[in-house]
Amino acid sequence: MNAKITRRHTLAALALAATALSPIAAHAEDVVKIGVILPMTGQAASTGREIVAAIKLFQAQKGDKAGGKKVEVIVKDDTGVADITKRLAQELVVNDKVAVIAGFGMTPLALAAAPIATQAKVPEVVMAAGTAIITEASPFVVRTSFTLPQNTMPIAQWAVKNGIKKVVTLVSDYGPGIDAEKTFVATVKEHGGQVLESLRAPLKNPEFAPFLQKAKDLKPDALFLFVPSGQGAALMKQVSERDFAKEGIKVIGTGDVTDDEQLNGMGDPVLGMITSMNYSADHDSPENKAYVAAFEKANAGMRPNFMSVGGYDGMALIYAALDKTKGDANGAKLVEAMKGMSWTSPRGPISIDPETRDIVQNVYIRKVEKKNGQLYNVEFDKLANVKDPFKAAKAAKK
Amino acid sequence: MLTVLFDGLAYGMLLFVLAVGLSVTLGLMNFINLAHGAFAMAGGYIAVVLMQRFGLSLFWGLPVAFIVTAAAGAFLERTLYVHLYDKPHLEQVMFTIGLVFMSVASVDYFMGASPQIVDVPKSLEGNIEIGDLTLNKYRLFVIVFCAVLTAALQLGLSRTRFGSRLRAAVDDARVARGLGINVTAIFALTFAFGSGLAGLGGALGAAIFSLDPQFPLKFMIYFLVVIAVGGTTTITGPFFASILLGVADVAGKYYTPTIAGHQIQVGGFVIYTIMVLVLIFRPQGLFGRAPGK
Repeated sequence: MNAKITRRHTLAALALAATALSPIAAHAEDVVKIGVILPMTGQAASTGREIVAAIKLFQAQKGDKAGGKKVEVIVKDDTGVADITKRLAQELVVNDKVAVIAGFGMTPLALAAAPIATQAKVPEVVMAAGTAIITEASPFVVRTSFTLPQNTMPIAQWAVKNGIKKVVTLVSDYGPGIDAEKTFVATVKEHGGQVLESLRAPLKNPEFAPFLQKAKDLKPDALFLFVPSGQGAALMKQVSERDFAKEGIKVIGTGDVTDDEQLNGMGDPVLGMITSMNYSADHDSPENKAYVAAFEKANAGMRPNFMSVGGYDGMALIYAALDKTKGDANGAKLVEAMKGMSWTSPRGPISIDPETRDIVQNVYIRKVEKKNGQLYNVEFDKLANVKDPFKAAKAAKK
Repeated sequence: MLTVLFDGLAYGMLLFVLAVGLSVTLGLMNFINLAHGAFAMAGGYIAVVLMQRFGLSLFWGLPVAFIVTAAAGAFLERTLYVHLYDKPHLEQVMFTIGLVFMSVASVDYFMGASPQIVDVPKSLEGNIEIGDLTLNKYRLFVIVFCAVLTAALQLGLSRTRFGSRLRAAVDDARVARGLGINVTAIFALTFAFGSGLAGLGGALGAAIFSLDPQFPLKFMIYFLVVIAVGGTTTITGPFFASILLGVADVAGKYYTPTIAGHQIQVGGFVIYTIMVLVLIFRPQGLFGRAPGK
C-alpha cells in the first residue's frame, strides 16, 4: 500500500514538473468506468432489473476496487431498441470514456453494439443475450450469460433418452428462438427421434392459441417450447388451457420458459414441467444459497433468475481481468486476460473458452416442484462443462 | 378444425368488446380516439389489482373494471376530450396518441413492465369435450358473455329512447338540440359507456392475452383494422368484422403452409390482407353504408 502511494506521488510530481498535468486527469487515471446498457423499461425490463440488481449486489459485496482502480458503473436504458443501444454505446465510449461496455438484454442489442466494440477496441461483456453468433460479431465480445444451443442440447438429449420419439417445436421467431429450434431438431434427429413440425410464433404475439392447437392436433410425444425471458408466464397460461397432459403430450423447454422471476405466478399448471438451463435459484451449492439470500434481501424478495447471474458473473469477470492486468484498462489486454478465466459462480463452475470468448458451464435438467409453498426449478441431472454446440460443430469442421 | 373456429370466435368476440367503444366514438361522435386502448389496459390492470391485492375473483373484477373505466372515461371526456370535438382529425390523433404514451409510461412506472397474470376463476378452468371438439370453459364464457352484450347493445341502440336520441344527436346535433335533446350529456354518457366496454374487454382479455404496459400500442392496430373493415355506422359491422378477423387470424396461423418442415410465415399477414382488400373495394367498410351526407 505504501509503495503504491509513493509511486503515485512520484508520478504526480514528475508529471507536474514536466507537463503540468492537471489533478483531474490524474484522478481519472485511477477510475475505470463500465458502461452498462440494458432495457430498464419496455417489454424486456425484467432482464434489466435483474442484472442491475446483481451488479449492485456484486459491488456491495466485493467493493468498488479492482486491480487497484476504482470501478464506476454507469447504467443506461436502451428500452430494448437496437438503434438506441448503438447510440448509447457510442456516447459511453466517446463521452464517458468507458473501458468496458456491458449488459445487452437481447440479441439484436448485443449485435448493434459489436461494431463499436471493434472500432473502439473496448471489451463488450454480454450479460444476457443468447444467440450463438454474438461472440463472432467482434473479437472484443466476451459472454457471461449462456447460448441458446448450449441450453437446448441437453433437454433434447434427455428427451430422446427418456422415450420421446416424436416432437413438435414451438419457438419465438427471432435469433435465439431459431437457434433453440435448430439445436433441438438436430439433436433429436441425430439420436433417432422424429420432428413432426417446427412452429414459429411472432415475437410480439399476444395469442399462442393457433400454434398450441396445431401442436396438440399433431399428437407428438412432447412439445418443446422456447420464448424469451418475461414471456413465459403468458405462454404457460395458454399451454395449461390446452391440457396437454391429458393427451399424453409432455411439455418441455429451455429454462427461459420457467423463468425463476415469474415461476411462482404461473401456478400449479407448470408443476412437473422439465426444462434445461444454466441456472436455477434452487441450485444446491453454498455459493448459490448465499447469493440468493443476499439478492432477495437487497431487492425486497425478488428472486434472482438466470439473467441476474449473467450480470453478477460479468462483473466478476471484469474485476478479475482488471486484477490480472493490474488495473490496465486497455481493451485488448482486458479481453486477453478474460480468455480462459475460470471461477465458481452461484450457478456452479464456469469458464471463458479462450478460443471463442464464450462461456463454458454446466447445464442442468430441472423439474418444476413445490418447496415450502413456492415453485422452483429443481435440478436432477446435469451435463458438465457444455461448450456452445454451434461453435463447437464449426470448429470440428475446420 | 372446429376447435380452430372456436378459438377464433373467442378471439373475435374479445376484439369486438375491446373495439366497439371506438366504433361508437368514431362513427357516432366523429371523434378519433386512439387512446381507446388505454382504457382497455386500465380495465385489465384494475382487475389485476383487485385480484392480486384484494384476492377477489375475476367475476368481481369485470363489473368493477367496467364501472371504474367508465367513470374515468366520463371524467376525461368532460375535462379533456370536450375541447377537441370541433378540432380537425389530425389534432385529435396527436392529442390521443399523446395520451397513449402517457398511459404506457405511467402504468410502467406504477405497475412495472413485466406481464401481469390474471387467474381464471376456478369454475371456468379446464375444458369441455364434445367428441373431438375441445372447448375451453373460459373461452366459452367469453363467447357467451360477448354475444349477450352485443345483443343488448344492438337492442339498446335501436329500440330504446336513449338509442334514438343518440342517433338523432349524431345525425344532426343542431337539430337535436333544437328539439330539446341534451346532446352534451348524451355524448358524455356514450363516451363513458364506450370506455367502460373497453375496460371490460381489457379485464376479460387479460386472462387470455398477457397484460403489459404496451397493451394499448399492441392492440391499437387490431382496433383500427376492426373499424376499417367493419365500418362505423352500425354495431353489427364491427361485430362481424371482429369475428372475421379473429377467425382469419387464428386460422391463418394454424393453416400456414409448411415447406420442408418449416412454416412459411404468412399467418400474421392474413388480417392485413383482408383489410387492404376491403379498403380497396369497399372503402366505407364491409357493412358500412356508403357516405350519404
